[in-house]
Formats: sequence, structure tokens, C-alpha cells
Amino acid sequence: MRLQYPSNVKIIKLPCTGKVDLIHLVKSFEKGADGVCVVGCLEGACQFTKGNIRARKRVEEAQRILDSIKLGGERVQMFNLSSSEAPLFVKVISEMTEKIKEMGPNPIKTALKKAA
Amino acid sequence: MIVAKRKPIEEIIEEVQAYDKILLVGCNECVTVCEAGGKKEVAVLASALRMHFMNQGKEVKIDEITLERQCDHEYLEELRNQIDQYDVVVSLACGVGVQFMAEKYMNMPVMPGVDTCFMGVTEERGVWSERCQGCGTCMLAKTGGICPVSRCAKRLFNGPCGGSTNGHCEIDKNVICAWQLIIDRMKNLDKLEDYEALVPIKDWSTERAGGPRKVVREDVMQ
Ligand code: SF4
Ligand code: SF4
Repeated sequence: MRLQYPSNVKIIKLPCTGKVDLIHLVKSFEKGADGVCVVGCLEGACQFTKGNIRARKRVEEAQRILDSIKLGGERVQMFNLSSSEAPLFVKVISEMTEKIKEMGPNPIKTALKKAA
Repeated sequence: MIVAKRKPIEEIIEEVQAYDKILLVGCNECVTVCEAGGKKEVAVLASALRMHFMNQGKEVKIDEITLERQCDHEYLEELRNQIDQYDVVVSLACGVGVQFMAEKYMNMPVMPGVDTCFMGVTEERGVWSERCQGCGTCMLAKTGGICPVSRCAKRLFNGPCGGSTNGHCEIDKNVICAWQLIIDRMKNLDKLEDYEALVPIKDWSTERAGGPRKVVREDVMQ
């Protein structure tokens, strides 16, 4: 199945969302990302038992940090999908892209561009 | 170890808002283990502060370093040649480290980057709990190795109060009654007769109530 997802989305592959650390999430925004989706397996289906549950907690922590510096915690979200759900993946990513568009670009990206 | 927790970022922003050359200093020991002020927490805080200032259109230099310890001269000395480049230091060590840094660098404002909580253990990753209040005269030999000073809400020394219910303390059903633990442990050790022995009134002068404390060992002094 070949489906089209928004072309501005960059995919970073990881063996498990449990590998995602708080610092990775926070740094993405410091480097100018407008939004970050962490897409893990369905809850209860993690090969490493709790990788995706841990990832969710880290995403929530990153949301708190982004809120506290007024960047908008909703810029980072966690989704749980099974790998056979390609249409759902496209739907989720497209919705997230729309949402971020509504929020506007990451002000850090704008500041970085100005400084360059 | 000394257990601390991260301070809300808003509070740290308030501490450093007026400055524009900031050094964040982590500590490699206790606060690394309790994940409040080690290298990683310094990196996350530095990133958040950088974004905060960029978002405000303010150019601020934010550097990071993590020292082996902040409660010993030799490690704090490592900052001697670079500290003048900054106009404020945020120390993510416990309150001990923050103060020692401030004592050493008299002209440098030093802000706390964590809230120091207690001396305790890692029950499991992400859960730390209190075990000792440094009373200066350890009585664990009389209480089966469980400390009623730090773990009994009323600091009782001769058995539980009337509020102990099903092994839990009356202040909170999630708090285990220290005396239940002591009795269980004495049973395990086959030393229940120790429970009958009266613990005399404790000398509190060695505890914090006697004022700031100091330990001096002349035989190891230089
Ligand atoms: S400064 Fe505090 S946190 Fe660091 S090693 Fe010393 S006691 Fe532990
Ligand atoms: S009796 Fe005093 S020194 Fe011993 S563990 Fe309890 S508080 Fe610490």
C-alpha cells in the first residue's frame, strides 16, 4: 500500500519509542522543529513491555516544559498505532500537521533564521 | 544519598531573568542518581532556557558543565579560570553544593537549580524516599535497623501510637508505620525481646535543634 503523508514531515526511525529521551524531544524544538509526533506501538503490544508507556510519560514531561516556556505543549504528541495501520498513520500525521499549522511556526525557528 | 527534585522551570527563569551570561552547573553524585541535577537534567534545563530567551528575542549565553561533586573544594576549583565569563551560576547540586559554590566564589550570584528534599534511597527508578535525618546520634542498633526519627511521623521511640492501623500510619494510608516495620524486623531477627527494652530519652543536642553542626577529626586534618 502506497499512501501519501504530508511532505514536510521528516521521519526518524527508532527500534522502540522507549528509546526516545526527554532531551531528544526538547532539543528538536531548540533546533527549530514545529512539532514532534512520537508514534509507538499499541499499548500492551510493546516488544520491550513498557517502551511505549515510558515514551508517553516523557512526551507528557516535554509538553510541560514547552508549556512552561510558552512554546505550546501541544507541539509534541504521542500516538499509538499498529504497523499495519498505514491509513490511520496518514490521518494522524495529517491532523497533527494541520494543528501545528494553526498554532503557527515554532518561534525558535523564526529566531534562528533571523540570527543566521 | 541526598535526594532533590527539579525546580519548576518558571522559578529558574525568574532567578536568571536579569542576567545574560549563565552557567548551569550539574553534580555527578547524589543529584545525578535521583535524576534532578546531573548532566542530563542540566542539558534539558539549558535547552529550555535557551528557547525561553530566544522566544523573548534576548541574546543570552548559556553554558553547561557537570562537576564530579560540588561539596568539595577540589572539584569547585575546576571553575576558577572560567567562572568570570558569566554573570550568574545556577547550581543543580543539592543545597550543600549551591552554598559551597557561593562561599568559594564570593562575587558570583549562585542560584539553586533544584529543591533539596532529604537523605534517602532509590526504592525503584523514579521513586525516592527518606531514611535518615542526620540526628547525630544514631539509634538504629536499638530499633532493628529502622529509623523512627525519619520514618515515624511522631518520632516515637517506644512502640507505635494508637493511630497505627494495619501497618499504616494515621497521617496517610500510603505511609507505612515505622513501628510496624521495626516490630516485623525484630520478629525476623528473633529479637522481639528488644522491643520490651525501654529506649531512654534521646539527646537531641546533636540534632539540628542544637544549632548548626560540625564534625572535626584532628587525626586526619592536615
Ligand atoms: S554537592 Fe550535594 S549532590 Fe553533589 S555530591 Fe555533594 S552532597 Fe551530593
Ligand atoms: S537514628 Fe538518626 S542518624 Fe540514625 S538513621 Fe535515624 S536520623 Fe539517621
